[in-house]
Amino acid sequence: MYDLSFYIMALFAVGAALGMLCTRNLFRAALLLVVCFFTVGGIYVALSADFVAVAQVLVYVGAVAVLVILAIMLTRDLRQANFPNRLRLGAFIVSALVFGLMVMSIYYTRWKVSPAPPTEPTTAALGARLFAENGYLLPVEIASVLILASVLGAIVLLREK
Amino acid sequence: MLFCIGLYGALTRRNAIAILMFVELMLNAANIAMVAFSRYVTPVVLTGQVFALFIMVVAAAEAAVALAIIISIYRSRQIIDADKIDLMKG
Repeated sequence: MYDLSFYIMALFAVGAALGMLCTRNLFRAALLLVVCFFTVGGIYVALSADFVAVAQVLVYVGAVAVLVILAIMLTRDLRQANFPNRLRLGAFIVSALVFGLMVMSIYYTRWKVSPAPPTEPTTAALGARLFAENGYLLPVEIASVLILASVLGAIVLLREK
Repeated sequence: MLFCIGLYGALTRRNAIAILMFVELMLNAANIAMVAFSRYVTPVVLTGQVFALFIMVVAAAEAAVALAIIISIYRSRQIIDADKIDLMKG
């Protein structure tokens, strides 16, 4: 059941991403990005990562997507703003190469698939990993400093002189 | 797959905000890879999910700063076409 939902979500995510490429309207591309974020959250649920899924929806859809739509609304030309530039062929070749490389490397690696079932309510386990001893407490603090720096930077950049 | 679509989109868009959108898509795709590996390879230790959370934090922070840059460029020069923002070009 998890597998089927994973494939459906993955199909929608890839479809929305391709739609982002093909649409001409920038606002529609932003809405398709929101669809992508939701489906990626669904993929996380299908991978038994419930806390990450909720965090994804909260952070990405709630904050990043809102920021992107805010920026689109503040910079005007909506209707024809999503066209490709001159690098189309080269970028396509590079992307196809990267895709081929990734598929090959994933296919040919012998993954050590662990037979243990995934930890179901991941929140407590994640909390233990992050905040208990031997955990990742220093990156949490550094992440908070990073957020502070980025918020201050954004405010300084957007001040009205 | 999402990563490559994001890569192609980020390389070929002229609009700076569209570039940012595709970069976010790439970051999301990398996150999926993290979580997927965590679930299949180390499901007890949850290393991939911790890393995915940190990537999410970093991505959100850089999205905020990138949008601030784009908006301030738009304020001073009224364009968001990445081909035309070439003051530093030799």
